[in-house]
Formats: sequence, structure tokens, C-alpha cells
Amino acid sequence: MKPASFTYHAPATIDEAVALLGLHAPDDGRILAGGQSLVPTMAFRLARPGHLVDINGVAGLDRVERVGDDLIIGACVRHAAFHQPVLDGPLGAFLSVVVRDIAHYPIRQRGTFCGSVAHADPASEWCAVTAMLDATIVAQSTRGERLIPVAEFFQGVMTTSLEDDELLREIRLPIPADDTRFGFCEFNRRAGDFAIAMAAVSYRVENGVMTNPHVAIGGAEDRARRINDAEQALAGKPPGPDAFLAAADAAAAAVDPMEDHATSAKYRRDLVRTLTRRALEQAAQ
Amino acid sequence: MTDQNKKDITLTINGRDYDLTVDPRWTLADVIREHCHLTGTHIGCEHGVCGACTVLLDGEPIRSCLMFGVQADGKQIRTVEGLAKDGKFHPLQEAFMETHALQCGFCTPGFLMLATGILEKQPDISDAELEELLSSNLCRCTGYINIVKAVQTVRDKIGRDQMRTA
Repeated sequence: MKPASFTYHAPATIDEAVALLGLHAPDDGRILAGGQSLVPTMAFRLARPGHLVDINGVAGLDRVERVGDDLIIGACVRHAAFHQPVLDGPLGAFLSVVVRDIAHYPIRQRGTFCGSVAHADPASEWCAVTAMLDATIVAQSTRGERLIPVAEFFQGVMTTSLEDDELLREIRLPIPADDTRFGFCEFNRRAGDFAIAMAAVSYRVENGVMTNPHVAIGGAEDRARRINDAEQALAGKPPGPDAFLAAADAAAAAVDPMEDHATSAKYRRDLVRTLTRRALEQAAQ
Repeated sequence: MTDQNKKDITLTINGRDYDLTVDPRWTLADVIREHCHLTGTHIGCEHGVCGACTVLLDGEPIRSCLMFGVQADGKQIRTVEGLAKDGKFHPLQEAFMETHALQCGFCTPGFLMLATGILEKQPDISDAELEELLSSNLCRCTGYINIVKAVQTVRDKIGRDQMRTA
């Protein structure tokens, strides 16, 4: 189908963008960035925003850069920007692995990192990655800037703590130590489909045992989140099958999986177990 | 919505400028077909799944049903009509015919533009990577094998510079 009518705004600055969003938010005004989720939703007439504020022409939002100990990802940075590592070290390499699981190549040319997080589809790879890394979401409105820890950001399926008049301006990923190991594994039935479940993990190995373990599960529940029980099963243990299996079992036990016509909760729980183990094994390689 | 909602834009398609007055809700695919009268770009699913509407936007393959025409103001667009030159088919078009990479032909313009975008950027792409990227688009006739073969044929025969000037 064809999208319904809307008024189009193309601001050139962030100030203009948030002013327009503030003005039109009551009339379901929304931000248009990559459009790879919003436009199909509009084509189905599931969304009929009265106004779209297109931020593609806003200067500076396409920057991805290291500032201090954070990787700053602007609102218009496309998925494709991560095809090559955006910084030296394990984080840049990790992001370049994860990006290959996002939809398809032409979609990755338009869709954005921040848009994916703002959309908060539980099956979004970047939602799992931001949850795993304890990212900070930077929201901006005419009322000012607000920093939101990712654990408080995702509130359910396609639901976040972003207010209607707030622009998700950037995401800050803490850059971990250079010896941090990463793993990512997802399952779907065909390349490019929405993931049925995924696991994103990281840990360091010091004196032969794992430290600072992070385990996040996406796609299985209504939001991506870190799984404390799985992390506890890794901390202080040597990396290997015993600890990985214990963490995988803990993750499977901790999740409350969604069900749909094709996927039972039991099946998703089994996937969480397998994907967590595989992601941990990948990180050990 | 009234006409005052419309925007004046210029699209450059296959090197030619089109001055247009567009309703913001028109997708780029519709603008190309209905208002530039270039109907080689096909519309299949109209929600970004099938890839039949793939065009090159500043050299990169994108789904033209997933952006609005107004957003392409000032951009360089290439469609299937721009592939043949001086009455001679593009090597990819020749290869699609030779390897029977199309049957009904509906998906073909999208696959041709996807393959053009891929080979111009990655002329040495591996077989595995090529299969992965070609999985972006849907074909209901061929079973994909012959499409992969056609693109491999062109990759193996000619280099990057020739792709650009072809």
C-alpha cells in the first residue's frame, strides 16, 4: 500500500529538528532517519504520522568517533558504516561481525544504528549489543539533553523511555579494555530474517579466569537485556566447556521467552541455551 | 492534503535531470515510475522485502520503496534503463540472458541493479559473500542458481574499471 499524507520537514540543525519535533509531537510527529522500519509501517498504514522530521540533512549526525573512553554513534550513522571496523581493537571488529546479521545489504545502506535502537524491536541486533555493553542513550529535546542508561531505555516490544518530543541524538558505547573478548550468535530460518533469538557476550581473561563477564540476550523476550545469572556462572571461572554450559543453562532458565504461531517458548529457551554457549565459544577462539 | 504540501525537487536519473513537484508521501519507486516514466524499476511487495525496486542511490543499492522521493532531491540515481549503452546491453544483462538467470523477468531489474552495485564496489567478491548479498532479493522462478552464475560470470570476465564504463 501507499503511505498516508504527512507534512515533510527537512531541518539543517539539531536545534531546528528538536523544535519541529516538539511542535508536532502532539500530532504524531516523528523523526525520519533511515526509514527502513518506519516506511514499511507507514506503507501498511500501521503508522500515519501527521509530520515527519527528516534528520538526514542535519549536519554532524553521521559522525561515528571515539571521544575519551566512549564510541559515539550519531543518529544518522548507517548500519553499513560498520561493515569495516570503525575503530581499532576488539570492539570495532565485534561490531563489523554483528552488522552482517542485520537484514540485507541494501537495507544496511539506509537503516541507522540509532534508529534501530529507538525502534526497539526485540529482534534488533543493535539493541542486544547496546544492552550488553551498558550503552548510554542521549536524548535531546527543546527541554535539553537527557542521558538514559540502556537498562532503563527498553521497556517492552517497540517501547522505550524516549519521550515523544525527544530525538535520540546519539548512542555512547563504552570502549572496553583491549584484551576483551567478544562473541555474537543469532538464529533465524533464512538469512536476513528477524532473529528468533540471539546472544551477545564479552569477558576478559585474567590469571586464567574470566572477569567482567557480560551476557545479553535479544529476540527471545520483549526486550534485550543482560542476564545476571549467566554472568555469575562465568565470573572467576576458567573459560571452557564447564563454565560455558553452566552460563548457557543459567541464561535459558532466566529468560521468559515470547511465543508466536511458529515458535514455542520451549523452542526459544533451547535456542537461548545453544546461542549463549556458541557465543561464549566464539569469544574464546 | 493540499498542493501546498508538495515540494519541488530535482532527481538525476541515469545522468538526466528531472525537475518535479512531489507529494512527500510518494515513495522514490513511485516517483521514478509514475512521474519520471521509467517503468523498468518494478514494485513488488512495497515494504522492503522483495528487492524488485532496487536502484542505485549515489552508487549504493537501496530499496526505492523504502525512501520518499523528496529525500532523493539532488541525489544521483541509476535504474535498469541506464545499463545498456549505445544499443548494447550491459555485460550483466548479457550474462543474465546467457545463463538463463530470468524467467518471468519481474525481479530482474532489481537483481541487475543489486549486482551492478555489488560488483562496482567489490569486483573480487568471493562466491560465499556474493551469495550472501544476492540473498537480499527474491526470485520466484529461477531458484537463484543461475542468477548467482550470471553475476559470477561477469565478475570473472571483467574488472572494476570495465564495470564502471560498461
